[in-house]
Amino acid sequence: MILWLTLGMALRAMVRNKLRSFLTVLGVVIGVGAVICMVHLGESAKKSVTDQIASLGQNLLMVRSGAGRGPGGARVASKAFTVEDAEAIQAQVDGIVVAPTASANTVAVNGNTNWPTNAQGVTDEFFTVRDWPVTAGRRFEQAELRGGALVCIIGATVHKELFAGEEAIGARIRLGRLSCDVIGVLASKQSMMGSDPDDTILLPLRTVQRRLAGKDDVQMIYVSATDGGTARVQAEIERLLRERRRIKDGRDDDFSVRDMREIADRVTGTTDVMTTLLGSIAAVSLLVGGIGIMNIMLVSVTERTREIGIRMAIGARGREVLLQFLLESALLSTLGGLLGIGVGLGGSYLACDKLDLPFVVVPGIVGVAFLFSAAVGILFGFMPALKASRLDPIDALRHE
Amino acid sequence: MTDPVPVMELLDAWKIYGAGEATVNALAGVDLRIFAGEFVAIMGSSGSGKSTCMNLLGALDRPSKGRYRFRGVDVGDFDRDERALLRRHHLGFVFQSFNLLARTSAVDNVELPLLYQRVPRRERRQRALEMLDLVGLAERADHTPAQLSGGQQQRVAIARALVTRPAVLLADEPTGNLDSARTHEVMGLLADLNRRQGITIALVTHEPDVAGFARRALWFTDGRVARDGTPAEVLG
Repeated sequence: MILWLTLGMALRAMVRNKLRSFLTVLGVVIGVGAVICMVHLGESAKKSVTDQIASLGQNLLMVRSGAGRGPGGARVASKAFTVEDAEAIQAQVDGIVVAPTASANTVAVNGNTNWPTNAQGVTDEFFTVRDWPVTAGRRFEQAELRGGALVCIIGATVHKELFAGEEAIGARIRLGRLSCDVIGVLASKQSMMGSDPDDTILLPLRTVQRRLAGKDDVQMIYVSATDGGTARVQAEIERLLRERRRIKDGRDDDFSVRDMREIADRVTGTTDVMTTLLGSIAAVSLLVGGIGIMNIMLVSVTERTREIGIRMAIGARGREVLLQFLLESALLSTLGGLLGIGVGLGGSYLACDKLDLPFVVVPGIVGVAFLFSAAVGILFGFMPALKASRLDPIDALRHE
Repeated sequence: MTDPVPVMELLDAWKIYGAGEATVNALAGVDLRIFAGEFVAIMGSSGSGKSTCMNLLGALDRPSKGRYRFRGVDVGDFDRDERALLRRHHLGFVFQSFNLLARTSAVDNVELPLLYQRVPRRERRQRALEMLDLVGLAERADHTPAQLSGGQQQRVAIARALVTRPAVLLADEPTGNLDSARTHEVMGLLADLNRRQGITIALVTHEPDVAGFARRALWFTDGRVARDGTPAEVLG
């Protein structure tokens, strides 16, 4: 009961000094707001990256030739993969879908418009493995894939640039010296760390190999682990490829099998570090806010010395005066915390909107920020409250 | 006629400030008894020890030497918290400068001591309003100190001092900041409370007019009670 009464007293004291209470609280508002904002932006950025990586395809492994190990490690020229390698992987490793691709740079021309882009030769599995549907038109037919037909499916960006978003199905575009019919348009994918996945044209693998690249190389083999366990698949593919490429024990691979999840982990690891860093800098401002509270509470104790004297003369014990001032500063700082949470969430929402990031709420950090702000009030309010509680009633009453 | 056990009793009470050679004896062996129902004026020139004596009686301070018995209980060596509880439950204070909480209504000011006594909300409000009625300010319950005259503020302070039904009302120069009309207003009220409600009052003053309202007067000189009697005797 005494707690409620004291809380009432503290509230009244706050309301009596509205402007000062607001200014005192402002420091904590900014501190908590900054922490909340930074952490939420970090989380949003992380979510955006993981979303992008997930949008590449589920449980995706990327196999390509050339070692390219470690940062700065020069990619050693090595024998390219062929369709046979892809078939071997599909045949000898369980629970996977394999999609070999070949690519070539080209310029796509439609009437007067031309657009430099990347042509990818794919098989039907590509759409499954990359989890990439066709929004208009159709996919390649088996006969087209087998015969290396001159048909293509264009990415959303190419569609926009060559056809200004108008109907493209049935049109005929030129790719270098080739003419091919547009039979479909790909769904738009999220941009991937600056590069635009929609800036592409898909053709049957054989068409690219024979007509555009002029060789039977497969640059990239996408592998999707259908049962989710990428580690086993990765190990089995590595063993199989070493065998097929006759790499002796003890020598490095001349190819790489990359797990997208591993890359995702590395990227989110980086954002985590950034979030922690920015969050700690923001936490410093919360500390400054706490010092602001201590400052104002000290002034308040001096200014209200007389009031403290009255309360003591009436029969308030030191601990009751202490509790009152402690509650007052705790109330101020938790109020600041609540406002700061509002400001932080609002700010990060707006920032996410502007930066095109998905907005996520992290309830944990909101709770921690709230408790932390209350703790700041109690911690920094303690010294002034102690000072108040130790005043001598006679001196305090005489204070002008 | 009077209670055999005094409400307040100082026995050879000393208050010594400073240390070594530079000591000052604010009180130098005071003996005094105040009985229930008395209205005592404590007088003396400034520096005579009357305020120091008031602080001892009010348990705001403790004697350096000697005894202080409150209703027969030795409270001279009570610590801070014990003295706070003594004040909370048995003493009421009125000060020269009213000392009401600013920007706080009269009734809230009067309720304040009951808050520390943990009196429930409804009873608190009721008793506070009764007290304001007793001092003739029932219709000003919602006014803040700034909206009240000096005399009215002091009456609110008296209501606040009496709301806990204390054994003694202690008043330190209660009319020091008031003009003569207001002085009569406040002293008349105190005399009336003493006569009709039997409230024990001890007040410090240096004005003979004010002391005239009391039934007994003490004259302090050099930290001692020099004269004790009716106001007329002491002042005459």
